[in-house]
Amino acid sequence: MTDVILKTENLGISFGGLKAVQDVNIEIKKKQLYGLVGPNGAGKTTVFNMLTGVYHPTTGKFYLDGEDLTGKSQETINHKGIARTFQNIRLFNNMTVISNVLVGLHNQEEFKCSMIESMLRLPRHFDCEKRMRERAKEILRVVGLEEERNFLSCNLPYGKQRKLEIARALATNPKILLLDEPAAGMNPHETEDLMNIITRIRDDYDMTVLLIEHDMKFVSGLCDEVTVLNFGTVLAQGDTKTALNDPEVIKAYIGG
Amino acid sequence: MAGKIKNIKWKYYINYIAIAIFTVVFSVMSFTGNLSSSNIYLLEKIAIAVMLSVSLSVVVGFLGELSLGHAGFMCVGAYLGGKASCILEPVLGNGVLTLIISLIAGGVIAALCGIIIGLPALRLKGDYLAIVTLAFGEIVRSLFMNSSDESFGGSLGLNTPRYDKNILYIIAFVLVLLCLAVLQNLIRSKHGRAITSIRDNEIAARATGINVTKYKLAVFTVSSFFAGIAGVLYSYSNFTVQSTKFSYNYSIEILVMVVLGGMGSINGSIIAATLITFLDVKLQTILTGNLAVLQDLFYALVLIILVIYNNAPGLKSFRETNNLKSIFNKIRKPKRDPSRRADDEAKWDRVPTKIEMNEILSVEIQPTSSTVEPDRKENKND
Amino acid sequence: MKFIETLLNGLSMGSTYAMIALGYTMVYGIAKMLNFAHGDIIMVGGYMIFLSMTAVGNPVLGLAAAVIFCVVLGITIEKIAYKPLRGASPLAVLITAIGVSYLLQSSAQMIFGSAPKMVIIADLGNLEFAGLKVPVYTLVTLGCSVVIMLALNLFVKYTKIGRAMIAVSEDKGAAQLMGINVNGIITVTFAIGSALAAFAGFFMLMKSPSLTNTLGAMPGIKAFTAAVIGGIGSIPGAMVGGILIGVVEAISLTVPAIAAYTDAIEFLILIVILLVRPTGILGKKRREKV
Repeated sequence: MTDVILKTENLGISFGGLKAVQDVNIEIKKKQLYGLVGPNGAGKTTVFNMLTGVYHPTTGKFYLDGEDLTGKSQETINHKGIARTFQNIRLFNNMTVISNVLVGLHNQEEFKCSMIESMLRLPRHFDCEKRMRERAKEILRVVGLEEERNFLSCNLPYGKQRKLEIARALATNPKILLLDEPAAGMNPHETEDLMNIITRIRDDYDMTVLLIEHDMKFVSGLCDEVTVLNFGTVLAQGDTKTALNDPEVIKAYIGG
Repeated sequence: MAGKIKNIKWKYYINYIAIAIFTVVFSVMSFTGNLSSSNIYLLEKIAIAVMLSVSLSVVVGFLGELSLGHAGFMCVGAYLGGKASCILEPVLGNGVLTLIISLIAGGVIAALCGIIIGLPALRLKGDYLAIVTLAFGEIVRSLFMNSSDESFGGSLGLNTPRYDKNILYIIAFVLVLLCLAVLQNLIRSKHGRAITSIRDNEIAARATGINVTKYKLAVFTVSSFFAGIAGVLYSYSNFTVQSTKFSYNYSIEILVMVVLGGMGSINGSIIAATLITFLDVKLQTILTGNLAVLQDLFYALVLIILVIYNNAPGLKSFRETNNLKSIFNKIRKPKRDPSRRADDEAKWDRVPTKIEMNEILSVEIQPTSSTVEPDRKENKND
Repeated sequence: MKFIETLLNGLSMGSTYAMIALGYTMVYGIAKMLNFAHGDIIMVGGYMIFLSMTAVGNPVLGLAAAVIFCVVLGITIEKIAYKPLRGASPLAVLITAIGVSYLLQSSAQMIFGSAPKMVIIADLGNLEFAGLKVPVYTLVTLGCSVVIMLALNLFVKYTKIGRAMIAVSEDKGAAQLMGINVNGIITVTFAIGSALAAFAGFFMLMKSPSLTNTLGAMPGIKAFTAAVIGGIGSIPGAMVGGILIGVVEAISLTVPAIAAYTDAIEFLILIVILLVRPTGILGKKRREKV
């Protein structure tokens, strides 16, 4: 019981009467790599949006480490330990790579430095900046972007932008990382690299990861458990191999 | 240690140094009697304009929100600071103490107004915020305009003490330096990064745990504080404070300075404010009567052309081949490989936001273009 | 009785505001931009009326000339200043619009000078009826506006172009894929907005004949306020907002204690309404896609 990190209870949302997602029950254990799959429009990103406070669920609740976070604001949810990436990359385009990660580090207790301290350039400010930079470089090393740290993030190639989003999310020191199609648009080589990075993050940071992905090879190679969504409801759940080979799931994907 | 000193980011301090040198030069000139009183008045005006444009630039260029009520905050500062100096003058005399107290009074009350208007208004975005701040400015102006003669002088304006003009402009420039220090330090810190991240992508900033409301409010408050200070300086540099001065046209004039200087460039705002104020005053004597409007016509044209040049999606390739930077690069080859640049604090505030403004305010999904940055390090990594 | 007179006056002022607000709201709905220069189109229309009145002396011809000139001007501004910025940030477009507004005001001052021009369109006198004393121009304004607004509503609902306008305002990309000429629709929108502005200029000069280069500035902002109050992008919203602002203005002007604060009161209403309903009275909430 204690090692369940994220738990949803009958999570659901409707937009003006249309039930976009209903009755999603997921339990993710610590250090687990968990997949959320399903055909287009199945409601996967909507689930992410509920878990990160972009949308507030109309039914059900979700708990992080036993704490009910339903209906909390995006900022609070992030502070409590859920960080995410976006399906359509949302980097801070006019900022450098390292600054993107530094924004992620912004709220951590160890880098606390008030606005007044920064305005007056008190010693704490310099100390804080220095330590933040060290930490940011460390995180960039994990995703392999250390060399590009002073590039503008919009000048990075697509695959690296996705990695940078992961680094930024990781910098907020989350308990669970929500990755929305991290491998979309990547070539097989990059995808493999990403799989290694995700595994490394899991091992080095004791991280739990919930990811949405269409690339089944990616999912089955990485995740030990999945939930398959279709039309907003859970179609199959459990061990990756079994769930993905469920005839219902195959039918949903192939159609007919 | 020697290397450390060499690496001091002198570019960050160049604006302080430039302003300080100018101030010293002008004060020497004035003490030797080489500065006419009309030029002194011009210097005061420049200091006020610089302070206004720099403080607005933080809101528009860094936070990415459009405020059309900057003159309103200045108005609050001018009237309340002016009133404070009127009250204090008989007690404390027209000295530094009175000046400081009224500066603080004007600034703090303007900042409070910033909070009061900011709390509700910052829930709104873009155009809505612009119109609400504009409305605020007009409300403030109308309140002062219709005040009783004893309180704020009504439509005739408030008579305020004029400070010793040989000193006021020096004080004004010192205050400009102070304002610059506070705002630049704020921008070049973790908080500044948070502010810029809100401009770049508000949704991502929220998801990254940035307290968007807090930062918007903070920027708004600091910016209106300095607008208030500029207002108090205005009240000291003029004999009367009249509400007609602070109409939304004046807010737009400040905005023009910010835009001409380049969004997200504090130095640009300083230069633009100086130039425009200088031209304003100098042209006033040359262009009289209906010709005076030529100047407005010119500003309007420059504003339109510049914004279209900097932002039109269709002109992107033209812009990339014909801008100051590329011309500069043709003259002087870049010394350092960008990937080898030393880490320096808050490099992101020098990013060419003047060109890439199409991210500001827009919360629409941007098509993620895979940019072709040659990936030099790829082979080494594997 | 006095109250009914005030109310009628308010309705007529409100319908003028509503006409201007329609221009704002339609452009906002379709081109997704705040056309800050819209108010100054009114002023240009005013000067056109002034020119043709001095030349011909017929107000109807004057109005026609103003409408044609404003339509041409509106389309030109759109093509030169706004079209290149399509797809750029709203902030850039807004700043350009502010520039255009300045340009129009200063050009007008260049050409006509800063001294106010008197444009006496027609002295229609007062209508006395059952103890009421109502200036005729009020009724003319009210009547014309109602007709114009009804026509506009019918146009948008029942013509091909009108429905294309709705489609473009809902989803520009999808409309384009359905074969709608989006650029053409935007041009038509600007044309209609400018024509309405010319009418508004005519009504305003009927009310008070003094014409300066800032004639449209304040009414423009108030009308924009009205459009926002009603819910920007919504045609009925602009009408409701315009009438509301007009009536509030008329009532507030008759109460001596608050008459001087009329502008402040109107703007305060804007702020309060936006706080309670950030999308205005009839505005629709748009969900942002994440």
